Amino acid sequence: MNKRRYGVGAIALIAASALALAGCASGSSTTTSGDSAAVISVNGSEPQNPLVPTNTNETGGGKILDSLFAGLVYYDATGAVQNDVADSITTDDAQTYTIKIKSGQKFSDGEDLTAKNFVDTWNYGANAANTQLNQSWFNIIEGFDEKNPVESLSGLKVVDDTTFTVTLTEPLSDFPIRLGYSAYYPLPEKAFEDMEAYGQNPIGNGPYKFASDTAWAHNEKLDLVVNDTYDGGRKAQNGGVTYKFYSSEDAAYADLLGGNLDVLDSVPASAYANFQSDLGDRAVNQPAAIFQSFTIPTNLAHFSGDEGKLRRAALSMAINRDEITDVIFEGTRTPASDFTSPVIDGWSDSLEGADVLKYNPDEAKKLWAQADAISPWSGSFQIGYNSDSSHQVWVDAVSNSIKNVLGIDASGAPYPTFAEFRTAVTGKTITTAFRTGWQADYPGLYNFLQPLYQTGASSNDGDYSSADFDAQLQKGATATDTGAANDEFSKAQDILLKDLPAIPLWYSNVTGGYGESVSNVQFGWNSQPLYYEITKS
Amino acid sequence: MAGYILRRLLQAVPVLLGTTFLIYFMVFAMPGDPLLALFGDKAPDPALLERLREQYHLDQPFIVQYFLYLGGIFHGDFGTSFSGEPVSAILVRTFPVTIRLAIMALIIEFVGGVLIGLISGLRKGKLFDASALVVSLIFISLPIFVIAFVAQFVFGIQLGWVKTTVSAGAPIQDLILPAFVLASITFAQLIRLTRASVIETEQLDFVRTAYSKGLSRRRIIPVHILRNSLIPVVTYAATDFGVLLVGATVTEGIFNVPGVGRTLYQAIVQGQGPTVVSFVTVMVLIYLVVNLVVDLLYGLLDPRIRYVK
Amino acid sequence: MSNNPNTSTHYVAPLEETPLVAIDAVNVGERKSNLWIDAWRDMRRRPMFWISAAIILLVLIVAFFPTLFTQVPPNDDCQLSNSNGGPTGEHILGFTKQGCDVFSRLIHGTSTSLSVGLIVTVLTTVLGILFGAFAGFYGGWLDSVLSRAGDIFFSIPYILAAVVIMSVFSAYRNVFVISLAIGIFAWPATARVLRAEILRVKQSDYVMAARALGVSNFKILLRHVLPNSIAPVIVVTTISLGAAIVAEATLSFLGVGLPNSTMSWGNDISAAQIDLRTAPQTLIYPSLALSITVLAFIMMGEVIRDALDPKARAQR
Repeated sequence: MNKRRYGVGAIALIAASALALAGCASGSSTTTSGDSAAVISVNGSEPQNPLVPTNTNETGGGKILDSLFAGLVYYDATGAVQNDVADSITTDDAQTYTIKIKSGQKFSDGEDLTAKNFVDTWNYGANAANTQLNQSWFNIIEGFDEKNPVESLSGLKVVDDTTFTVTLTEPLSDFPIRLGYSAYYPLPEKAFEDMEAYGQNPIGNGPYKFASDTAWAHNEKLDLVVNDTYDGGRKAQNGGVTYKFYSSEDAAYADLLGGNLDVLDSVPASAYANFQSDLGDRAVNQPAAIFQSFTIPTNLAHFSGDEGKLRRAALSMAINRDEITDVIFEGTRTPASDFTSPVIDGWSDSLEGADVLKYNPDEAKKLWAQADAISPWSGSFQIGYNSDSSHQVWVDAVSNSIKNVLGIDASGAPYPTFAEFRTAVTGKTITTAFRTGWQADYPGLYNFLQPLYQTGASSNDGDYSSADFDAQLQKGATATDTGAANDEFSKAQDILLKDLPAIPLWYSNVTGGYGESVSNVQFGWNSQPLYYEITKS
Repeated sequence: MAGYILRRLLQAVPVLLGTTFLIYFMVFAMPGDPLLALFGDKAPDPALLERLREQYHLDQPFIVQYFLYLGGIFHGDFGTSFSGEPVSAILVRTFPVTIRLAIMALIIEFVGGVLIGLISGLRKGKLFDASALVVSLIFISLPIFVIAFVAQFVFGIQLGWVKTTVSAGAPIQDLILPAFVLASITFAQLIRLTRASVIETEQLDFVRTAYSKGLSRRRIIPVHILRNSLIPVVTYAATDFGVLLVGATVTEGIFNVPGVGRTLYQAIVQGQGPTVVSFVTVMVLIYLVVNLVVDLLYGLLDPRIRYVK
Repeated sequence: MSNNPNTSTHYVAPLEETPLVAIDAVNVGERKSNLWIDAWRDMRRRPMFWISAAIILLVLIVAFFPTLFTQVPPNDDCQLSNSNGGPTGEHILGFTKQGCDVFSRLIHGTSTSLSVGLIVTVLTTVLGILFGAFAGFYGGWLDSVLSRAGDIFFSIPYILAAVVIMSVFSAYRNVFVISLAIGIFAWPATARVLRAEILRVKQSDYVMAARALGVSNFKILLRHVLPNSIAPVIVVTTISLGAAIVAEATLSFLGVGLPNSTMSWGNDISAAQIDLRTAPQTLIYPSLALSITVLAFIMMGEVIRDALDPKARAQR
């Protein structure tokens, strides 16, 4: 339900079959003839908030917004950034950006879309008085204040109908990559009159629009049809998309097998062993931008200083990632070799020190014994997790692996609800290690590193702090060249691999499938199918 | 009679107050901040969190929250869910579906359970009785998620007799399989209860008298034995109706029924106080009415039981 | 009923054949007739009693002394390379998904599952009898208060209760807490069934007779009404024993069950769900253990019910 709560699954063997079928037809050209009026049905979940881009931070609503709206840029199947509404995004210093949009842009009701729409929407989302869940996405813009209401950010200026400028608080090389995230989508002027009503029946500028004023049948489905006023790179090849809302992945999978659903973007754990044989070449299992780990907070006894470093490395080497991803996940996870994801530009599986992520029982025992020499181990090692989602099976497997190698007592520590788990983690009251997962919001290495490990960052739940790492990260963030930036980020990761604030486990693959009547199904970097490309006969 | 019914309806008031209070307290007692869960693995700005708390009155003490909610009800306002949908709209949307499903399940388990139980009781110790015991045991020892999963796989996917999940609007034909699965939970209880009751009734004097009067078995069994055996069975089935309404969490999840069980479970896990309390309030009302009807039924099933005093 | 009512059988013998004096005579020297003693005498003559008693005894021994039955540690040395593996050597039932020994987990899980079943059953039965008996027998305002209290408890979804109880007592997630979570909101069903039966029984002639003889109300309830109304309670109780063990599995499935370090059949059943299609054996063994245990208790309940019912006894 929640965006980062359920990792969807899958593996590094790029599902050759799926890509071979769909890959030959990437882009907007189609080789398979489809009925251009056919509506495809896809799985979804009831949005947890009204459908307002600045107030939606979970996948259920997020993937609907991606169909309803077009941002300045979008991400193609490979995760590369393509202009959508934007004509050009330019900067000299990575701090002040000039954004030009294409002329003649319209919302689905015919209203003109101008630079002002972007500036108004961003001001709305950033304004503390509006309590938008995505407020923090605007905190990089000059003039942002998280506490006090600010009507208009000093960093946003409309130049003319098709041009506006953005001034950031500090240089940020990956700002253009971020702009494809849903928080930055433009709202029409009438939305601001009554945001609550707008959220139930939103008007967007994307490839699809609501089929009718009452298209959203709460908890059941949402019908979208093609929006003819859209003229970007994501032109729909079908007649529409119907999101069927499911509360369990099992139900959605049964519907796919039963022929009641065309496209599924997440296979349930109970079908990991069977879905490739159930679906044949219609099964999808490829890496995605989801990184999973467990974090050992620095305040945990025995896990700080030199002793801590030894124990962290020992634990990491005691986990047989290959076996667990193979047996427990049936190959729907890919063992981690860094702190990011293979689908992100700049990812590397040969970082200096990545050996610590390889199963090595002898070395693990040796390091653990060295740590014992500093201060003898006592107690048991526990990994906290929320038991309202299917984490128990892998936590148990990881615990057993540690137990078998190091000969210490290890087990899972379940929390009944996600809310309770997160409260213990963010309140720093948790007294064990705990599971951590990260699904990237935009395809950039920085998004995997800064929020999680920078000193004092918002999601640095383990309270990791390293001046060296912070400095290295900053070098990457301010580099104007992407390649250079990625080199700096890799060096930052080298530090992480020595300190192991979190123990990387694996990358979740996207596991999905589709029915016999649809073709051209491709999954994007964010584990979502590119709905607009799908054709149905 | 009318006085009795009125008295019973009046008793609903303290029950409702007691239940809503208890539930609100339980939701409140659940550890963890429901708003934090809205942000996934990402921590929100503290200032933003603070304002959200104010918005949902979560910064108020428990008792204030409770009375704010109660005050709202008197204005017909059941509160709003985190998604901004009025709770009353959610109630109207989900209850009809679940009541339909629960009634279907009740009919299935009642007819099936009573029939099998009756035959078992009349043929105590025979092959049919033993087979019925084995069937009951299977249903008792398999959890509902296993039964639902297997039923969906066999009938929905492999045989293709029914739709795998319930389609929008929850039409009756789609609800048949979930209703059967739901009925299986208490199927065994009803078989055993009917059987025990039938065995007991069979030995009562009026049944012997009926036989001695020369009445046929075809008349004695339904009129004398069955009718007099039904009191515990009807009582149990009625308590079960409540279980079917909210206890359908797992079944509704697997068959994707947009009903009460699924919605309520999500609301519980997400800590959505007003939604949970409103659902349970409606539940209590239904439950009280069903129990009243059952109490009135007793007089019909056994004329010696009289309520009007 | 083997009598054919259509042929003319004498139901009332001619006077000369019925020596009334002999029938009406009271043998003062005979041992006092007592419901419970009579029942015991009846029970011990029945093979079904001994069979079910033997199974229950065996289950109890397994629960108290698991190491008599298996030397394999249930939770240590679980190797993923054995995941869902078949039987080998000392691992007679094969392995779970985590590569632990199925048989050993089954044996070591017995005490937890049996405890959950028994504690829940005792809890619901005691509360159910107390509330049901008083409400049904005394009626009036007491009935109203007790029945409505039951309504309040019954309206609370037990999943909510379980989440709250398991969270509040998260430091003590043990057998007692989970039994409390399952049992505290389940007793009104027993209470209502008993109440209904009592409403019926209290109208019987023998109750009227006892009342006419001046026996106190409470004694009538205890001696006459309760024993004659207990049959449906026994049925509900024996089955709810199994239902409670399964409820523990469902709670595990929903993530509010016992921690995995506590072995139980419910935990294993819940864990097996994920592999239903590939390795059904991991589900079947704990379910089978559960079935046999529940069967023993149902049979025992059956025997007790028959023994308590004088009319059923007289028939033989």
